[in-house]
Amino acid sequence: MDQSVIAVNRFGLGARAGEPLPAQPREWLLRQLSAFDPRPAALAGAASSREATGVLVGRLQQLRQGNARPERPGAPQAATGQPMSGRAMSEQAMDASGMDGMNAELAALPAPARNLLREGRERFIADVGRRGAVALTSPTPFAERLVHFWANHFTVSAAKPQAAAVIGPHEFDAIRPHMTGRFADLLKAAVLHPAMLVYLDQFQSIGPNSRASGLAAARERPRGLNENLAREILELHTLGVGGGYSQADVTEFAGALTGWTLTGLGRRAARDVGEHGASFVALAHEPGARQVLGRTYRQDGPAQALAVLDDLAAHPATARHVATKLARHFAGDTPPAPMVARLEAAFTESGGDLPTVYRALVDSPEAWAEQPVKFRQPWEWTLAALRATGIEQVPAQRFTGLLNQLGQGAWQAPSPAGYDDLAASWLGPDALVRRAEVAERLAALVPEDDARALGRQLFGGGLSEATASAIARAETPAQATALLLVAPEMLRR
Amino acid sequence: MIDRRQILIGGAALGAATLFVPSLAAAQATGPKRLLFVLLRGAADGLGLLAPVGDPDFERQRGVLAEDFAGAPKIGGMFAFHPGLERTAAMFASGEALVAHAVASSYRERSHFDAQNLLETGGASAHALRDGWLNRLLGQLGTPRPTGLAIAPAIPLALRGALPVTNFAPSPLPDAAAPLLARVGELYAGDDQLHALWQQALATRAMAGDSAGGNLRNAEVAGTLAASLMSGPGGAGIAMLDLDGWDTHANQRGALARQLRQLDALLGAYRSGMGEAWGDTLVLVATEFGRTVRLNGTGGTDHGTAGAALVLGGAVRGGRVIADWPGLADAALHDGRDLRPTGSLEAVLAGAAAAHFALDPAPTMAALFPGRQHAAVPGLLKA
Repeated sequence: MDQSVIAVNRFGLGARAGEPLPAQPREWLLRQLSAFDPRPAALAGAASSREATGVLVGRLQQLRQGNARPERPGAPQAATGQPMSGRAMSEQAMDASGMDGMNAELAALPAPARNLLREGRERFIADVGRRGAVALTSPTPFAERLVHFWANHFTVSAAKPQAAAVIGPHEFDAIRPHMTGRFADLLKAAVLHPAMLVYLDQFQSIGPNSRASGLAAARERPRGLNENLAREILELHTLGVGGGYSQADVTEFAGALTGWTLTGLGRRAARDVGEHGASFVALAHEPGARQVLGRTYRQDGPAQALAVLDDLAAHPATARHVATKLARHFAGDTPPAPMVARLEAAFTESGGDLPTVYRALVDSPEAWAEQPVKFRQPWEWTLAALRATGIEQVPAQRFTGLLNQLGQGAWQAPSPAGYDDLAASWLGPDALVRRAEVAERLAALVPEDDARALGRQLFGGGLSEATASAIARAETPAQATALLLVAPEMLRR
Repeated sequence: MIDRRQILIGGAALGAATLFVPSLAAAQATGPKRLLFVLLRGAADGLGLLAPVGDPDFERQRGVLAEDFAGAPKIGGMFAFHPGLERTAAMFASGEALVAHAVASSYRERSHFDAQNLLETGGASAHALRDGWLNRLLGQLGTPRPTGLAIAPAIPLALRGALPVTNFAPSPLPDAAAPLLARVGELYAGDDQLHALWQQALATRAMAGDSAGGNLRNAEVAGTLAASLMSGPGGAGIAMLDLDGWDTHANQRGALARQLRQLDALLGAYRSGMGEAWGDTLVLVATEFGRTVRLNGTGGTDHGTAGAALVLGGAVRGGRVIADWPGLADAALHDGRDLRPTGSLEAVLAGAAAAHFALDPAPTMAALFPGRQHAAVPGLLKA
């Protein structure tokens, strides 16, 4: 691969039909860091975090009180994306919704729970569609890849259905605006967003010695400290496994986080502390100083957790953890040590300034290795295939189902660790056949395309002889396009 | 550990004939061992699966849910299978299935998400481990190491880990045309990695045969498919299937009956499909936790604690209910609402798996489910 092909595929999301390869690959990448639009037009219709959280909180309260009111008929349908120019995939084009099984399960739930999940799912699917629309049309695909990277790093997954409605808002409002800022700000925005507070049970964590704990003990459901969020921040979001923290650090940090919850969740004494629907309830906060990683935090209220997060963001183990994951994403499953060290230094010396780290990434020769270094995950391959065929409009439901069928539903990682960034997790035999099936359907939508010309345009002179000859010998133009979409050049980057 | 209160029910009711005539399948058991793990996602109601009809508090506590068992044959005067579990009950009667009741994992809260995480990773708490116990079980087995297979569009957590596993699921995507598949095969011929995977994919599809075109939501199809992927010399050694939809918060009577008929169809089709290999086959059916003993206001049950697990196969010492029965009296309930756990689900899973693959139980338990108080349950399979 020459450098323009590497820039477009390894750093970007794949070449688009009709778009020339960049003449100055490095400059093209670096320019995107300042040209990145956190709120592009395709996200205009998305609900704000505050609104989506409000809906979620309303349902949770109904569930808690067990006195659900009958639903208004004709609940508003979720929008399915913005009208766009370019090619469109019709609702019928891909018979693979993939989420139909939920309907039978929903029928067995009481009304408030059913409505919580149904509305959450509708919002979720519409947001997946928006995410796709941005990725298919963005003029800054490198920056969009980084958004996907961070959203996976700070995973909030619809594997927990209650969180579904706020997952899109988490990426749109917490990840995107901070992705080109400081890591400390990205961290605080991502882990204290209502979506994360729900996903990792923080919203119902109560300090054992707080006033709320005494009140809860008198009620039917005693509740206490929940350590999930604290543990995952240490293990996944900042220091990483082996980052030198103990169970005592987890418990102490969990104590510092008590009080952070969702705005409006049935507590009068809530103090709104974010713009996105998170609140701090002093009543639930564990009183007193906390000791985390040998430091004492005497702050009162929400400032205590924020102070811990600031220190975690600046911790050397965090710099190494983030550097390792970024290097793995751009230079191969086994990240080269010199590159990790370089990114780590850029992170530390800049005080966690992410554009500085991205520039070090683009300047790393390891990320420009001529041979492909990564096997494309289903999400990446789907975007690359759609971009290659110039399809820009995919109905949200179809897009969601397509990704599920390919084995990587958007925002549906099986655990808070996010989706693995390792080829072994994605290189399943069945996965290859499914890609061929999808490729055939996509190719059928663009029968007039000449795959020979398209291959030259997408890969310059980089198309292998095997692929070029397979395309040239294909029986039909559509078969040629399908072969191009599953060619080794398209499966790897 | 066998508690002195442990009750083994079934032998007396079944009679000597079924107990002492070895099944045909067991007699022919000589091939490679197979394990199918069926995870009932959403918390299946163990009291609805195998009802303690002889418990003095059963009818009072279960209300309308007790009516399903009015005419059901009793096992040892104490338990009765849900009428939807016809073929499962027949396997129990012929000594090829047992039920472990009042069991729970070490998880004591009520989140599906965390409970499934714990049951799939095998960690002592949710999110403590990143790999799955079935993958670690593969690691315990010698060479040639059997194939791990997820019968699902993506590999579930229980099967993920250091060892490579494969997956297969019928796809609602239209099959690609044969000419395209042939040409993709040619295109990959010069690429070692893709070529090997492509050959493996075509072989798996061929093994799946006619059931490849079906839908996993049809449990009968899923059972047949699982059998076709696990029998024969190239079949998978350890496989996993999910059945979801067990979260019966409302209208449980109809919903649970549908679910149990699905499970029954799956198990029945799988047993038929395995043929003679059934003697070398172990099926473990588990769920993340049980449900509340009493009905809620919407004819359903809410998230509970202890439930039931099924152990099936030609080599199972079946026809038994293994339980240290805690009772359904109000005072006996966990948190005043749930069936009290008196047995460890992990100890049942590890005990059965260790016996099946002839592994040392203690290290197997420690590898699959570290940090537990319980030892692997012995004696689940024929010696």
